Amino acid sequence: MIPNILSILTFLPLIGMVLVLLTPERSKNTIRWGSVLFSLLPLALSIIAWASYDMKQSGFQFVEKAVWFPQINSVYQVGVDGISLPLVVLTCFLTPLAMLMSFTVDKSVRAFFALFFLLETATLGVFVSLDLIVFFMFYELSLVPMYFLISVWGGANRKYASFKFMLYTIAASLGMLLAIQVLGLASKSFDLTYLLSTAGRPFTGNNQVNILFADPSVWKGIAFWTFTLAFALKVPVWPLHTWLPDAHTEAPTGGSMMLAGILLKLGGYGFLRLVIPLFPETAGQYAPILAILAMLSIVLGAFAAWGQNDFKKLVAYSSVNHMGWVALGIAVTASAFATAVDPHATSKLHDIAVFAGADPHAVKDTLTPVLGASGAMFQMITHGLSSAAMFAMVGIVYERAHTRDLTKLGGLWNIMPRYGAVLIFCAMGSLGLPGLAGFASEFLLIRSGWAAFTGLTALSLIGLLVTGIYILKALQKVLHGPLGHEWAHHPLSDMNWTEVIAVAPLMLAMLVLGIAPALVMNLINLGVSKLFG
Amino acid sequence: MIFPILSLIMLAPVIGAVIILFIPKDRNDAIKTVAAASAMVSMLLSLLVVFAYNRAQGGFQFAEKASWIPSLGVSYYVAVDGFSAPLLLLNGIVLFCAVLVTWNLTDRAREFFAFLLMLAAGVFGAFMSLDLFLFLIFYELVLFPVYVLVAGWGSGPREYAAMKLTIYLFLGSLASILGLLVIYYASGRSFSFDDMQRGVAALKDTVALQRTWFLPVFIGFGVLASIWPLHNWSPDGYASAPTAVSMLHGGVLKATGAYAALRFGVQIMPEGAKYWLPVVAFLCLANVIYAGSVAFRQKDLKYIIGFASVAHLGLVLLGICALNVYGLNGAGIELFAGGVMTGLMFSLVGIIYERSHERDFSKLNGLVKVMPLAAVGFVIGSLTAMGMPGFSGFPAEMQIFMGLWSASQTNSLMFAGQLNWWLAVIAIAGVLTILITATWTLRIGRQMFFTDATTPDWQQLPPLTGIEKVAIILPCIVCIGVGILPNSVMNIIEIGVQAMVKSIGG
Repeated sequence: MIPNILSILTFLPLIGMVLVLLTPERSKNTIRWGSVLFSLLPLALSIIAWASYDMKQSGFQFVEKAVWFPQINSVYQVGVDGISLPLVVLTCFLTPLAMLMSFTVDKSVRAFFALFFLLETATLGVFVSLDLIVFFMFYELSLVPMYFLISVWGGANRKYASFKFMLYTIAASLGMLLAIQVLGLASKSFDLTYLLSTAGRPFTGNNQVNILFADPSVWKGIAFWTFTLAFALKVPVWPLHTWLPDAHTEAPTGGSMMLAGILLKLGGYGFLRLVIPLFPETAGQYAPILAILAMLSIVLGAFAAWGQNDFKKLVAYSSVNHMGWVALGIAVTASAFATAVDPHATSKLHDIAVFAGADPHAVKDTLTPVLGASGAMFQMITHGLSSAAMFAMVGIVYERAHTRDLTKLGGLWNIMPRYGAVLIFCAMGSLGLPGLAGFASEFLLIRSGWAAFTGLTALSLIGLLVTGIYILKALQKVLHGPLGHEWAHHPLSDMNWTEVIAVAPLMLAMLVLGIAPALVMNLINLGVSKLFG
Repeated sequence: MIFPILSLIMLAPVIGAVIILFIPKDRNDAIKTVAAASAMVSMLLSLLVVFAYNRAQGGFQFAEKASWIPSLGVSYYVAVDGFSAPLLLLNGIVLFCAVLVTWNLTDRAREFFAFLLMLAAGVFGAFMSLDLFLFLIFYELVLFPVYVLVAGWGSGPREYAAMKLTIYLFLGSLASILGLLVIYYASGRSFSFDDMQRGVAALKDTVALQRTWFLPVFIGFGVLASIWPLHNWSPDGYASAPTAVSMLHGGVLKATGAYAALRFGVQIMPEGAKYWLPVVAFLCLANVIYAGSVAFRQKDLKYIIGFASVAHLGLVLLGICALNVYGLNGAGIELFAGGVMTGLMFSLVGIIYERSHERDFSKLNGLVKVMPLAAVGFVIGSLTAMGMPGFSGFPAEMQIFMGLWSASQTNSLMFAGQLNWWLAVIAIAGVLTILITATWTLRIGRQMFFTDATTPDWQQLPPLTGIEKVAIILPCIVCIGVGILPNSVMNIIEIGVQAMVKSIGG
C-alpha cells in the first residue's frame, strides 16, 4: 500500500512533462521512447490501486484531504470508488498506447509529448477529485492540451476545428460555473463527500438560497440544466455533437485516441458522479428528454456514420452512436433512480414518459438504475478501448496512403494482411460482437433500457442495426474489392511492430473483457450499487 | 518596529535613481545594473514583508509614524495590512521585469531609468501610506514621471496620449481630493487614516455626509482604475507608452487607483459605499463587457492589451462593489495576480513590437519558431486573463462572482424595500464575458505564434535574450503558482479583507 497513491498517480505525469521539456529537441527517439516508458509508471500505480482496492467495502477509498482554498470552502480532496477507478485505469492504459501511435509526429516532438503528459494529469485529476472546484479545475484544464494538440499538430482544417472545440466546451461549461458558484454559496462547501450525502444535497434543506428567485427550488432546476448542458456536450449527445466530427477529423492520431477514449468519458462520468446523485429528483423528472436525445444520438449517429466516405469521420460519428448508448443508460438510471428513491414520484413530463415506454406507476425497482449505470460505465470502458483502436487503425492507413477517402481505398487486405486482420478484429469489437467487450455493455444497456423506456430502446435498436452496416461498409471499402490502382504502383507497407505493440493491448483487453466482463464489472457494480442501489 | 523596512522598500528605487544620475551617460550597462539592483532590493524586501507579516496578529504592521506638519494634522505614517502587502510585492515584481524588458534601451537611458524608478517609488509610497496627505503626495508624484516617460520615450501620437492621460488622471484626483478635504474638515482635521475613519463614523449627520461625498471620491480614484466611461485615457496612453511604462501603469498604477478607492473611499465612508456601490457595479460591468468587446475587434496589439487591462480592473472594481469578504478577497487577488498578468502581456507585446515594428497582430505569424518562450508566456497570460482554472485568474473571478451572488441578497439602500438583486444578473453577465476574453486571446495567440510562417522577415527576428527570458518566466511562475495554490496569497489578503469588512460593518 503506497501512501498518497492517488496524488502521486495524478501528478506523476507532470514530472514526465518536465523531463521531456528538459530533453533536447534533436534527440527525438529518446523523447518518444522515454515518454512511453515513463507513462508506464502511472499505469503501474493505477494497477496497484486497482489491486489494493478493498472490494469488501464500497465507497471512496485512498482518500486524501488537504487545505487548498479555504476562502471559498474548497478542499483538495481525492479518492476513488467503483465508477472512477476503472476510468483511472483506462486513462493510464490508453496514454502509453496513444503515445506509441504518435511516433510519426516529427514537428516539435518535445512539446507534443509534454502536452500529452499534461492531458493525462488533467483527466486523471477529473476522475480522482472529490471536491467540486478541484473537479472543475481539472475538467477545464483538460481542454488546454487537447486544444494545442489539435491546433498545432492537426490536419488541414485544424484552426477551425480546435477553435470550435475550445469555444463550444468553454461556453457549455460557463453555465456550470455559475451554478457551482451559487451552489457553493448555498451549501457553504464544495466537498463532494458532503454534497453527496443526504444532509448536503444541494438546494435542499439547509442548502437553499433565495438568489433572484423567491422559490429556492428554481436553482435546483438551473443547476441541473447547466450541469447537464456541460456534460451532454462532452458526451456528446445529439444535437450538441457538432464539434466532435471536426475535432476528431483534424486531431492527430494519438489526440483522437485520447479524445474518443478518455475525454468523452468525462461527460458520462460527470452525469454519474454529479448530475444524478446531486439532483436525483430533477434528473428523474427530465430523464425522458435525455432518453429521447440519447435515442436520436444512437440512430442519427449511426446513419451519419453510414453516410461518410471519410474513414476518420465515419469512426468519429460512430462515437456519437456508441456514446448515445451511454447517454441512454444514464437516462435510465436517472429515471429509475428517482422512482426508487420515491416510488410516488411521477415524471413532470408524464406524456413523454409514457410515450417513451415508462410505466408512471412503476413499483420500486432497485435493479434497473444499477443495471443502467453499470451498462453506461462498462460501455464507456469498452468504447474507450474500441474507439482508440479504430482511430489507431485509421491513423495507420492514413499514414501510408495519405488519404482517408473510402472510395479511393480498397482491396488493401491483399497488400496489408496483418492490418486487415487487426482491423477486422477491432471493427468487430466496435460492433459489439458477442465474445468481445462491446457486447456485454450493450446487452446491459438494452436490458435496463427496456425496463425503463421500452419504446425508445426499441427505436434505438435501429441504430444497432445500422452500426453493423457502417462497420461492414468501412471494412468492405478499405479491405475488400479490387486493389485501388494507385496502390498497385505505390505498395503500402503493412503494420510495423510499433503499431502492433500499440494496438495489441487494446485487442487483448477487448477480448478479455468480452469473455470475462466480471473482471471490471465487479468493481463497477460495487460503486454503482452504492450510488444508485 | 526598529528596522524601517517599508521606507526602505520605497527609498530603494529613489536611491537607485539618484545613483543613476551620477553615472556617466555612456555607461549604459552600469545604469541598467543599478536600476535592476534597486528594483530587486525592493522586490525581495516586499517579498520579505509578505512572508514576515504576522497572520495571527493581523491589522496594520511594520508601521512607521513620525509627526510631520502637526498644525495640519499631517504625519509620515506608513504601514501595511494583509491587503496592501501583496500589492507591494506586485509592484516589486512588475518593476523588476520592466527594467529587464527595457535592457536594450539606449536612447537617454540614464533619464529613462531615473524616471522609471521615481514612478515605482511613488507607487510603493502610495500603497503603504496611511496618511492621506502623504498618500496624495505620492499619488500626484507618480503622474509627473508618467507624463515625461510617455511624451519623451513613447511612440505614435505620444504627446497627445501623454497629455490626455495626465489631464484625465489629474481631474480625477481633483474630484477625490475635493471630497476628501470635506471629510478632513468635518472629521477633526487629521489626515491619518485611522483618525479620519473614526472621526467620520462619530459625526452626527455622518450618513448624509458620506452619501454626498463618497461618489466623487470613489469615481475620482476610479479614473485611475479606468472605470467606464472614464477609461478613455488608458488604451491611448498604453499604445503610445514605452513598454516598461505600460507594464507599470497597467499592472500596478491602476491598482493604486482601485486601492485608493477602497482604502480612502469605501473604508472611510462605508455608508456612502453601501448606498452607491451596488449601482456603480453597472459601470464596472460595462468595463468588462465594453473593453472585452473592443479588444475582440481591435487589431493593434498594444490597444488590445490596453483594453484587456481595462477589463481586468473592471473585475477588481466589481469585487469591491460586492462589499463582502468574497468580493474583496477576489478584488485583492485580482489586483495582485491580474497585475502580474497585465505586466506579462505588455512585456510580451513590447518584445514583439521592438523586434518586428509591427503592431497589427494579423500581420504577424509563425513566431513560435523564433521565440517559443514568448508563445508559452502568451498562452499562460491568456489563460490567466480568461480565468482558466489552474491559473491565477480563476480564484480571483470565482471569489468576485461569488461575492456578487452573495451581495445580491442584501437590502438596497438606494431603492427602499428592494434587494440588490441586479448584482446576481451582473454576476451572470460577468461570467459570460469569459467567452469574449477566451475568443480574442485564443485568436490573437494563434495568429501571432501558431500560424504557418508565411512572412520570411519574422523568421529572421532575433531570439529572446536571457534577460528577457527571466522577465517572462518570473510572472508566469506567479500566474501558475497562485492558480494552483491560491491560498499562498489568499491567506494574507484574507486577513486584511476580514478587518475591512468588519470595519465597514458589512
